[in-house]
Amino acid sequence: MNVNANANFAQDNPMSQFLRMERMPHIWCPGCGIGTVVTAFAEAVKKSGLDLDKIAIVSGIGCTGRTAGYVKLDSFHSTHGRAIPLATGLKLANPEMKVVVFSGDGDLTSIGGNHFIHAARRNMDITVVCVNNFTYGMTGGQMTPTTPHTANASTTPYGNYEYPFSLPFLADACGATYIARWTSLHARQISGSIKEALNHKGFSFVEVIAPCTTLYQRRNRLGDGLDALEYYQNDAEIAHGLDTRQVDIDYQGKIKVGKFVEKQKPTYLDNVNQHYAQVIGDEYELYGKTTPEKEAEAKAKAESAAKGAV
Amino acid sequence: MVRKVKADPKGVLEGPHFMDGDHALAEGALAAGCRFFAGYPITPSTETAERFAERCPEVGGLFIQMEDEIASVTALIGGAWGGQKVMTVTSGPGMSLMLENIGLACMTETPMVIANVQRGGPSTGLPTLTAQQDMMQARWGSHGDYRVIALAPDSPQECFDLAIEAFNLAETYRVPVLIMTDETVGHMHEKVVIPPASEIEVVERNWYTGPKDQYKPFKFGAENYMPGPMVKIGDGYRFHITGLVHDERGYPQASVEAGKINITHLIEKIDSNRDKIVRFEADQLDGAEVVVVSYGITSRIAIKAVMDARKEGIKTGNFRMITCWPFPEKQIREIASKVKAIVVPEINYGQMVLEVERMAAGKCKVISVNSTGGAVHDPNEILAAIKEGRS
Ligand SMILES: Cc1ncc(C[n+]2csc(CCOP(=O)(O)OP(=O)(O)O)c2C)c(N)n1
Ligand code: SF4
Ligand SMILES: [Mg+2]
Repeated sequence: MNVNANANFAQDNPMSQFLRMERMPHIWCPGCGIGTVVTAFAEAVKKSGLDLDKIAIVSGIGCTGRTAGYVKLDSFHSTHGRAIPLATGLKLANPEMKVVVFSGDGDLTSIGGNHFIHAARRNMDITVVCVNNFTYGMTGGQMTPTTPHTANASTTPYGNYEYPFSLPFLADACGATYIARWTSLHARQISGSIKEALNHKGFSFVEVIAPCTTLYQRRNRLGDGLDALEYYQNDAEIAHGLDTRQVDIDYQGKIKVGKFVEKQKPTYLDNVNQHYAQVIGDEYELYGKTTPEKEAEAKAKAESAAKGAV
Repeated sequence: MVRKVKADPKGVLEGPHFMDGDHALAEGALAAGCRFFAGYPITPSTETAERFAERCPEVGGLFIQMEDEIASVTALIGGAWGGQKVMTVTSGPGMSLMLENIGLACMTETPMVIANVQRGGPSTGLPTLTAQQDMMQARWGSHGDYRVIALAPDSPQECFDLAIEAFNLAETYRVPVLIMTDETVGHMHEKVVIPPASEIEVVERNWYTGPKDQYKPFKFGAENYMPGPMVKIGDGYRFHITGLVHDERGYPQASVEAGKINITHLIEKIDSNRDKIVRFEADQLDGAEVVVVSYGITSRIAIKAVMDARKEGIKTGNFRMITCWPFPEKQIREIASKVKAIVVPEINYGQMVLEVERMAAGKCKVISVNSTGGAVHDPNEILAAIKEGRS
């Protein structure tokens, strides 16, 4: 992890109103894929028409985990792996908020894996964006649960002999109701998917395959950030709606991308309210006031704002 | 600024009840205005979670059973910044899992209440039997230098009373407050009188009211290091908090100087206000030859030994710590300068006695009446120590 003194990302960024400019330069290395995802996120937020005051972002620990500190929203930089439970607390305490988790592959699926699967199971109404660079960037390029079989990492110096997770499949199996994957080459599509995810009711998951140039790329002699983009250009295949059992990623193999899952299912809080209303009856006061009327009102407001924002 | 208001009657189950300490903790929390509980089942604390789950839909609260204790305590941080008063409850193994994020709560100055209904350890230990073995963990368990507040109730009634007190302290000092109870008190059924809401004072969150663009989530070095006001998500402040060493804006600052300011604040906001925080009960300290210092369930055994010693003509004082952390340093130091011995019974191998020894600093004998956990003391063991102390 280097300090990027040029900080071009900050100055040139058209989304500067989303960033804490006073915190620039950021810590990300030249060619790192994280910045692309942050920019796409900012774009998505803008296009969604959502009120910026009503979006909170939570990160865990890692290079990607620094995102919360740079984005000018209510923002929480939590502990390693714990972004999802913190986000769950925020959402449940204040259900009118859109809560976004923005973290790395190791953070979300290794140390935080238990929270990931349970938030998906509950269809907790949060959006999870995972920058999957196949490695622990922040700590120097160790193996993660997504490191492809045979890839080299600092803790698998002879190549990785473990089986990796396929994150869309994992999310799907656990009950996520919106699942998309892109690479950092697909800036426009990432932002499209994040926008959809933000407006989706339920657990939405957007995975972005992105290069860690300093560690993963270098250690595997895969060249720089441009070489990574070339790989994505050649080997990413758009396959909307593909069965998530078929989206594994082999080392430098094909990367299936697209929107794999989008379905409607009552969220955790919907279930809380519907269930209590049913068993307790009229005396029960809806928690968090998420009545269908209020929801429809908020949605209409967001839609009309979105029209103005294009 | 500490603003006290009357409790919201919705959460107050006014009247006399016959209930155990675990249920009383839940009722105290509800009376204090807690409406968000995230927890994970563990003996002997589960009844608190169950009570909360039952009462939630009646009072407009939310209960969530999380996937583990790490998630539970972390969800509280979210819940608190979402605007709620928040609580969880656990016992030894769960407490161990919570520690990293109790540190995050300390660092982000997030008010919350955590009850540890102690059972015998280490590891899975004696799940159904009583202990006071996590007292030092409560104080030192998370890594780094920090402070929490810890209270030790000795009865179901005090579980109720101290739950309210714990929320009030948590809001006043923006700090996690631990209620260090135990299996015996947790499962003991006694009379608990819940006063009317109009007689319960609760400390409101210190909400920020100034201009939006001037809000800072932290305030370091104020008078007595009192913490600054809070906001909640969604109100347009677009604030940031982090577990990293940070400045008053909540922005990470990786420097020795920033660490000094940040950490000094976390420590001093408790240490400088020790006199305001510390609560205890003292009886017949004047002229005492021996004083028994105890807390929690052990106090109720100790008092029997104290009475017996007095009957035998030994001038025996009794000191019950209600607040264990911060430690009542001044009070114990003063006792030590006047008595022959301090006797410290605890259901552990000697934990709080280390603090007593530190305060006594050789001025008097300090006798530990310890145990390996699982049962309360036989009062005769404490009586024997009192006699030994006098001799
Ligand atoms: C409990 C704990 N264990 C280990 C660490 C060290 N650590 C910091 S970041 C990190 C890995 C981050 O990897 P990832 O989530 O993939 O994010 P990236 O840096 O690749 O964006 C680790 C292991 C920590 N901070 N906390
Ligand atoms: S993920 Fe890799 S390239 Fe990106 S900032 Fe971290 S170390 Fe640098
Ligand atoms: Mg990573």
